Amino acid sequence: MTNKLRTSFLAMPYAIWILICTILPLFYILGYAISNGDGSFTISNLTAIADPVHLKSLGLSIQTAFITTVICLIMAYPVALILHNLKITNKGFIVFLFILPMWMNFMLRILAWQNILSNNGILNSILSAIGLPTIHILYTKGAVILGMVYDFLPYMILPIYNSLSKINDDIIEAAADLGAGWLNTFIKITLPLSKDGIISGIIMVFVPALSSFVVSNLLGGGKVLLIGNVIEQEFTLARNWNLGSGLSIILMLFVLLSMSIMNRVDNSENGGMLI
Amino acid sequence: MKKKFISFLSLLCLTFTSCFSFTGCKSDASSSDTLVVLNYGKYIEADVLKRFQEETGITVKYEEYESVEDMYAKYKAGSINYDVICTSDYMIETLGKEGELIPIDYSSLKYYKNIDPAIIEASSSFDPTHKYTIPYFYGTVGILYNTKMVDEKTVSSWNSLWDSDYSNQIVMINSQRDAFMVPLKLLGYDINTTDKAELDEAFNMLCDEKKYVYAYLMDETYECMVSEDAAMAVCYSGEAAMGMEYNEDLAYVVPEEGGNLWIDSWFVPRTCKHYDAAMKWIDFMCEEEAATANFEYVWYATPNLTVAANEDEETLADETVFPSKETLERCDIYSAYDNETLDYTTTLWKKLKAY
Repeated sequence: MTNKLRTSFLAMPYAIWILICTILPLFYILGYAISNGDGSFTISNLTAIADPVHLKSLGLSIQTAFITTVICLIMAYPVALILHNLKITNKGFIVFLFILPMWMNFMLRILAWQNILSNNGILNSILSAIGLPTIHILYTKGAVILGMVYDFLPYMILPIYNSLSKINDDIIEAAADLGAGWLNTFIKITLPLSKDGIISGIIMVFVPALSSFVVSNLLGGGKVLLIGNVIEQEFTLARNWNLGSGLSIILMLFVLLSMSIMNRVDNSENGGMLI
Repeated sequence: MKKKFISFLSLLCLTFTSCFSFTGCKSDASSSDTLVVLNYGKYIEADVLKRFQEETGITVKYEEYESVEDMYAKYKAGSINYDVICTSDYMIETLGKEGELIPIDYSSLKYYKNIDPAIIEASSSFDPTHKYTIPYFYGTVGILYNTKMVDEKTVSSWNSLWDSDYSNQIVMINSQRDAFMVPLKLLGYDINTTDKAELDEAFNMLCDEKKYVYAYLMDETYECMVSEDAAMAVCYSGEAAMGMEYNEDLAYVVPEEGGNLWIDSWFVPRTCKHYDAAMKWIDFMCEEEAATANFEYVWYATPNLTVAANEDEETLADETVFPSKETLERCDIYSAYDNETLDYTTTLWKKLKAY
C-alpha cells in the first residue's frame, strides 16, 4: 500500500504537467471550436472543413503525409535490416549516428535545404557543372515531401530496428534448418515479427507529417497550403481563433482515426507501441 | 541496456525537436522606472536602446514582433501591459477605432520639432486629429529587380509580374494587403477599395500570376535576390536597400501605376502603465543622435529632418531610401478595412494560396 502511494506520489509532477499543458489547453481549444466570436454556441467552425479550400488543403496534407510515410518506410526498412544484421558489437554507436543530425535544430536543417535546392543553389550548381539541365524544385510540393522525409526518417528507422532486435535468432536458424530460403524466411518470419515496429514507425511519421506546417512554410514558399498552414493562418493572420480551433479538432479526429486504423492492423498480443 | 539507451535517445530527440517552438512569457513589471516597448524586429540600433537606459535610468523591457498581425495578436492577448508600441498606419487606425490609443503629450517632447511636417501631414489618414502618433520610419512597396536579368523598362509597370518570360523568377510579397495592392493599382482601382467586384478582379489576376511565382516571401526576399535565385521581387523599400548593399546588380523601382506609402509610428496604447517614461522614450527616438543611429541601422526613410545633416549626398539622393516627391505622389496609404472587407480579403488570400 505504502509502495503504491509512493509511486503515485512520484507520478504527481507528470500528472500536473499533463493537466496544465495538455488537458486544459485541449478544453480551451474545444471551447473555442464550438463557439463563435460572441461566445455563443455554434458548430460552424467544425463544419467549415467542408469549405472547398479547407477540403483541398486537408486532401493535400493527407496525400503529402501518405507519400512521405511510404518513402520513409521504403528507405528505412532496408537500413534497419542491414543495421540489425551487421556483425559488429557496437550497434548502439551506429544507431547514434542516425540520430546525430537530430541534435541540430530542425529549423536550421530545413533552412540548409533551402540553400541546397534554390534556383542558384548547391544542387543546381553541381548539375550545371556536370552539364546537366538545372531543375526547379525549391518551393514545390516535391521540396516539401523531401523536407518531411529528411526530417521524419529516423522516427521510422528506430522502431523498426528495435522490433528487429527483438526477434530471436533461433527462429531464423530454425527456418533455415527446415529449408526456407532467404526470401521465404523474410516474408514468413522477419516481416510479420517486425510488424509492431513498422506500425509504430508509420504512426510516428504519418501523424506529424499530417499536421506539419513549418516544413511547407519554409520549403513550400507560401505556395503549398497544408491544413496545418490554414490553421496557423487562422490563428495569426485572420485572428479567427474559433475557426482555427474548429479545424484543429477536425485534424485531431483524423489523427485519431489514422491511429485507430493502424492499431486495428496491429492485433499482436504484446502491443509494443511507442505511442 | 542498449535498447533502453536507444529509446532514451529517441525520446531525447523528440523532446528537443518539439521544444523549439516554445517561447517564454515575461510578466510585466509595475515599478515606476521600467518601460515595456513593443516594436518590429530589427527596428532599432542596439546602442540606442542601451543609451536610453543609461541616460534615463529607466529599465526597458523590449519586445519584438514579425508582422502587423502578430503585433495585434500579442497586444490583444493582454498578458503584457505595453507602454509604447511602434506599428504601421492601418493597424494604428484599427486600434484607434477600437479606442485603444491614448493621446500623446506633445508639450513634453523637446525634439518633436525634428519631425518632417510633410510626413505628419501624411499621417492624417490614420491619425486625423494628430493627437496619437509620432512617425518613426516610412517607405514604399515596389519591385526589386536584377538589372542583369530584367530591363528597366519592363519593370516600370506592375505588368512585368505577369510576364511569362520570368516564370519561376518572380518573388511575390507574402502579405495579404500588399499583394492585393499590386493588381488593384494595375487595374486603376483605389488600393483601399471595399468593392467586392473589384477585389474579385484583383484576386483573379493574382491567381493568374501564381503560375509564374517562384515563392511568396517576406523576410527572405532580399537573400533570395542577393543570391540571384529570382529576377524580380515585390518588397518594401528598406528590404530592397538592404539587398542592394550586398549585390550591386540589384535596383528598385516603384512602377508608374504607383504603389503604397507606409508610415510606421509610435503610439501609446491603453495598457500603458508608465506614461512619463513612454514620453521620454518617444522624445529620445526623435533626438538627432538616436534617429541617425537608427536610420543607419534600419535603412528606411526617416521622417527626422536632423538626420540629413549627418548623411552624405549619395545616401540622400538614393531614391530607394528616400522616395522622391513624384514617387510619393503616386503612392497611397492604406486605410483600415472594416471587418467585412477584412474577412472577405482574408478568404480570397486563403483561396489564392490553395489555388
